Parts: sequence; structure tokens; C-alpha cells
Amino acid sequence: MTDRLTATTAPYSIGVPPFRPGEEADFGGVFKEQPGDLWRPDPATCTSDDSAPHARGLLRVLNDAGEAKGEWDPKLDASELIQGLEYMMRLRIFDDRMIKMQRTGKLSFYMRSFGEEAVAIAQTMALENQDWIFPSYRQPGAQFVRGRDMVSMICHCIGNTEDNVRGRQMPVHYTYKEGRFISISSPVGTQFSQAVGVAMASAYQKKDEVCISWLGDGTSAQGDYHYALNFASTFKPPVILNVVNNQWAISTHANLATGGRTFAERGLAYDIPSFRVDGNDFLALYSITKWARDRASAGMGPTHIEVYTYRAGAHSSSDDPSAYRPNDEAACWPGGDPIQRLKDHLVLIGEWDEEKHEALAQKIDDEVMAAYKEACEFGDLASGPYPPASTIFTEVYETVPWHIQEQREELGK
Amino acid sequence: MPDMNMIKSLNSALSISLKDNPNVVIFGEDVGYFGGVFRVTEGLQKEYGPHRVFDSPLAEGGIAAIAMGMGLNGLRPVAEIQFADYIFPAYDQIVNEIAKLRHRSGGEFSAPVTFRTPAGGGIKGGHHHSQSPEAQFTHTPGLKVVYCSTPYNAKGLLLASIECNDPVIFFEPKRCYRGPFYGDPHNVPTWNGHPDADVPEDHYIVPLEQARVVREGSACTVIAYGTMVHVAEQAINDSGIDCELIDLQTLVPWDRDTVVNSVKKTGRCVIVHEAPKTSGFGAEMSASVQERCFYHLEAPIQRVTGWDTPFPHTTEWDYLPSPQRIAEAIKKTQEE
Ligand SMILES: Cc1ncc(C[n+]2csc(CCOP(=O)(O)OP(=O)(O)O)c2C)c(N)n1
Ligand SMILES: [Mg+2]
Repeated sequence: MTDRLTATTAPYSIGVPPFRPGEEADFGGVFKEQPGDLWRPDPATCTSDDSAPHARGLLRVLNDAGEAKGEWDPKLDASELIQGLEYMMRLRIFDDRMIKMQRTGKLSFYMRSFGEEAVAIAQTMALENQDWIFPSYRQPGAQFVRGRDMVSMICHCIGNTEDNVRGRQMPVHYTYKEGRFISISSPVGTQFSQAVGVAMASAYQKKDEVCISWLGDGTSAQGDYHYALNFASTFKPPVILNVVNNQWAISTHANLATGGRTFAERGLAYDIPSFRVDGNDFLALYSITKWARDRASAGMGPTHIEVYTYRAGAHSSSDDPSAYRPNDEAACWPGGDPIQRLKDHLVLIGEWDEEKHEALAQKIDDEVMAAYKEACEFGDLASGPYPPASTIFTEVYETVPWHIQEQREELGK
Repeated sequence: MPDMNMIKSLNSALSISLKDNPNVVIFGEDVGYFGGVFRVTEGLQKEYGPHRVFDSPLAEGGIAAIAMGMGLNGLRPVAEIQFADYIFPAYDQIVNEIAKLRHRSGGEFSAPVTFRTPAGGGIKGGHHHSQSPEAQFTHTPGLKVVYCSTPYNAKGLLLASIECNDPVIFFEPKRCYRGPFYGDPHNVPTWNGHPDADVPEDHYIVPLEQARVVREGSACTVIAYGTMVHVAEQAINDSGIDCELIDLQTLVPWDRDTVVNSVKKTGRCVIVHEAPKTSGFGAEMSASVQERCFYHLEAPIQRVTGWDTPFPHTTEWDYLPSPQRIAEAIKKTQEE
């Protein structure tokens, strides 16, 4: 009975985020986990038990001084590191340009990857070109790695006559088959279990292909997350399943949406090797993804990864995070900025300097501007031209059935 | 008393429910501290505490199931589904579980749950922030389905829904949250000064199962709900034809008598909704009107609806029924 009385005064537990507006954000400065804490098991024999410390800890390569340390250092060439830096800078500059366009009414909506640039880029770089990318809206950056032209990306975001999805989807819902980048869908999490099916099909067809997918900390509450893990655990297809824990789902901090331990540890219960990785550490992300790919192509099946990062910007152009978290929270978070961290590392090893960085930033900025101008020649949101209204009726089915044909004629466009 | 927009009036209904009934709890994605992405629950957590107004994990299936559990055990949950497009992970719980609970348990159990959800297009939301899925629920016995259209009926209908002992799917036309929509995307009026924005602060009910005659007329009956009520009103004004405009308000059980009596009077009928035509709620109304009014009908019943396609982003104004399309349909009913 006493228990019941207590339960009545606090009926159920309600989580709280670390800080709310008006409070001073302080995460203690640095991560306690350091590179070298965690060994690198053999991907061809690793069991989920072997990965238990990795699921509880934090896999890092770049230390706080910017040095690459430990067994997980992927030992990339300077040229590959600079390529990674270039993609991340491109993504950020591109995002900044797009959000400016949105603010001036040139796009209906936008979502940035701000603070999470390393995720899609390092992970896609660690894969082979035949591997499938099954993204959420926070991984458009993978397209840069797969060589997508920025003009075509901007045309999609505008929804103009050159949009390859014909103005049907909101901005950022890219589709890029040539780069094996599967169409982004708004309902969160659906891609995660679909990715397991993609991987099963690759395995069935005996193709050396891996499928990688991501979803957010918030989205990991959806059934699709759990379907994916259970099917992956059952059939062991070549799939890499990432939970991008950027700590926030719009206004809802992960503390309010799960009572569990780390996101990574959930995979252990499904007997899937599971890792928690520093998501702002380009090298660590690259390394674990390469490991997971090696494991998959050795026929050992899925890997589950928690990418621990921080959503440094607003959820989307419709969101104002100052209503639910302190404005300086991003700056206080120990993971820092993924671009700055890779840059610091490159400077430290003598492969980069401020001058080169500035010049590269300028070059990208010019290219983005030029791409933007070129894209607008195919129509802008305010004044068009838009894809013809007939695109409403096509590709609903393989061929247009009579009832839709009739409606198209009724619209008369 | 200042005018209320639909967000404020819905908020007022929720606040009154929380105040009047300690068993009312509100939850959903981002509804707690932040007050909802459309701000409908703003301030409620602060006033009523985090156990009564809380943020849920991002899982509509979970939200629906938890609501049912709470509902069958004495609470009166009001759950928000952030966009109607995202109600589908909850579809099994709503259609197979919540809707059938009373019946399958021989009346032993029931769950007085209200699902509020913003629906409809006109905000450049593309496929997945624009749909109007009411027909997917009107086809499910055991659910009441409500679709508000103004600040006034939003508040009264929401209070009636929460107080109803059956589960209710409550659609809110998101395009009309801050102002009515007359079919011209460049005309963005607020609710200020609109007669239906004159919303009492206190508790009142707009009864479920009753339609609202927005405008009386003799030449044609136009039936609509949600955003389309305002678009249809514009179309009627543009057409210059003396139409009777009926705002259905509740879709299940719908106010067939009001509709039938009106069509018997006018002899003509135009049905408008933004959801696709095939198996849309308009099909149900059209069939019933035909059954009841066959000898009064002077012209075929017209349906003006969204197309049988996914909802587009850039070309949404070619998708949504426009005042022009509705006016043409009205004129067509006058031809014979
Ligand atoms: C099924 C579904 N429900 C709700 C939404 C609305 N929504 C879009 S993103 C989002 C939060 C996602 O958070 P998280 O999974 O952590 O990803 P993040 O945005 O942080 O990358 C919500 C609630 C949606 N798109 N789909
Ligand atoms: Mg998140």
C-alpha cells in the first residue's frame, strides 16, 4: 500500500533534458572516454558479447588534442582526409545557402545536417560504390560522396522543372538512383527495416553489396527500428544499422523518450555486434563503418551502431530550438564540431593550414553560388516555372489508369 | 473579448478539459514542454503539470496503444498525432483495437480516447504533411470522426469529443489554424474579425453528429468539411448562385437528415473534399443522397475532390479543389 501512495504522488516517471532555456549548459568540457579505450575485434569473428564494452563506451580515434590514436585509426592518406574535409565543408556551405534561400522565400522548407556532417560523409566514404544508401533526411551529404551534381540537388529543393522527383516531394527528400541513394521518405524510420530487405536481396542475388541505413534517437522508438533489428538478427543480411543519437527529436530530448541504457546496447539483446561511436570524429566513424562492411562482406551479417552526436541547429526551418534548450548548448557539448576536429587533425599532421582552408571554403562557396544561380534558371519557387501539373497524374502506377486519366483531362493541364 | 484563432480555441478546449476533469491527460510528440509543433498545447504542461501533459516517445503505434490502455482503465486521454499523415503506424491499434474494444468485449470495456491530428493541404507539405485521411477512419465501425473548420466549432467539437465515451478521431484543418483559406494562396487572412473567431472563454459544446448550415440557399446544396468549407464559400460567392452550404462537422455518424432535407429543397448537390475521390467520404454521401432524394434531384450529384494521386508539393494548387472547380460544378448542376 505504501508503494501505491508514493506512486500516486509521482504517478509515473517523466524524464528531463540536461538543460532548459535560462539554464547554463555545462557537460563537463570533455569526454571521459578516450581513443585506445576499446580494442578492435576481428570483424570476421566478432560476437555481440565481444562488442559489449564498445556498446557501453565511446569509440574514438581523434583525441582532444586532435591526434589520431589507438587500434581504430583507419590510417587514411592525407588526400582522403582532405577529401572528407572538403565534402563536409561543402555540405555545410550548401546547407547554409539553402537555409538562406528558405528564409527569403525561395524554398518552402529546409533541413540542415549542421553539426552532423561527418555522419553520412565518413560512413559513405568507408563503403564501396555498389553499396546501398538508405538515408533519413539528415544524410543528404552522402550524395556528395556519390558524386551528385549540386545543381540537380538544388533543383529538387526548389521543386522546379529540373527536379528529378517532379516537384512531388518537399525539399530535402532527395532520390538519386545513380548513386544508389534511395528516395527519402518523411514518415520517420520506415527506411530502417526496408534496408534489411535491400540487404537480403543483395545476399540472395549473391552480390557483394552492403546496405547502410540511419534513423534518429527519437525515431528509434518506432516499431520499424525494432523490426529491423529482429529481422537483421534472424536473417543476418549485410546491413549496417545506425542510430544517430543527436540527443534531440525536435523538442524532445532523448531523456524524455527512452529509459534504456545506451542506444547501442539495445543491439546486444538482438545478438548483433553493437558499437557506440563518437559521431563528430570523422576517423572513428570511417573506421567502424569499414569494419562493419568487412564483417558484412565476410558473410557475418549486420552491425548496429549508435552515432553519438549533437543536433547543433534547429530541427528544420520550421523550428526554433531556443524555446526548449539553451542557445549555447551546442557549443558546450564535448563532441565539438566535426569539421573543426578534422581540420585541426590535418593541421597537426602538417597537411593543412588556415590559408588552404580559407581558399577551399571560398572555392566551395563560389561553386554553391554558381550552382544555385544555374538551378534558378530552371525555375524558382516564387515565380516558377514549375513541373507541369500533369506530373501529378503520372507514375502513380506504371501506366495511367482510366480513372486518373479522366481526372487529368478534367484538370485540363 | 478578443478573437481567437483555431490554435487558441483548441488550446482553450484542452485547458477546460484538464481543469474540469482530473482524468484527462494529454500526450503526444512534442506536446509537453514545447507545446506542440503547431503550438496547440502551449502552456498546458506548465499549468497542469508533466503527468497530465507530457511528451511521448516518437511512436504513433505506442501513443495509440497507451491511450487505449489508459482509456480502458479510467482515464480520458487526448493524444496528439503530429500530422494526420503519421497516424498510420497507429492504424492497427486504432482500427483493430480501439474501434472494436466495446463491441468485442460485449460492452465490458471501452476507451474514451480522442486523437487530435492536423490534416489537409495548403501548406506546401508534399505527400506526407498534406493528406486528409478521414475516409480511412469513416470506414471503421466504432470510431467517431470529426473534422472542424473554424475556431468556434473547433473548441465546441473538441470538448464534445473529449466528453464522448466513444473513441474519436478529431481532424484539424492545419491550413486554417491561423486564418480561413479561401482558395487563393496569396490571400492569407487571419481569423481576426471573422464571426466564427468570436469564441467564448467558457465551456460550451458543439454537439457531435450535427452539421452546420453555414449559408442558406435554394439553388444547390454544397456539402464540405474542414478547409473546404471556406473554399466552397468562396466558390459560392464567385458563382453568384444561391447555394446552401453545409459544414458536416461530424463525418461519423453524419447528419444525414440536414443534408437530405437540404437537397430535397434545392434538388441539386455538390460534395467537396480535398481527399482523393475514390472511396472518399463524398462517395458515401453521394450514395445516401441518391437513395433518399432520387425523386427530388434535378441534376446529377457532383463531387469535387482531390485527385486519385499522392498529394504533390510544388503543384498543390492544381491538386486541391479550387473555387473555380467548385463553382463549375455548381453551375453544372444548374444546367438542366
Ligand atoms: C511517423 C512520423 N511521425 C512524426 C514525424 C514528425 N517528425 C519529423 S522528424 C521528427 C523528430 C525526429 O527525431 P530524430 O529521430 O531524433 O531525428 P533527428 O531529427 O534528430 O535527426 C518528428 C517527430 C514524422 N516525420 N514521421
Ligand atoms: Mg535526434
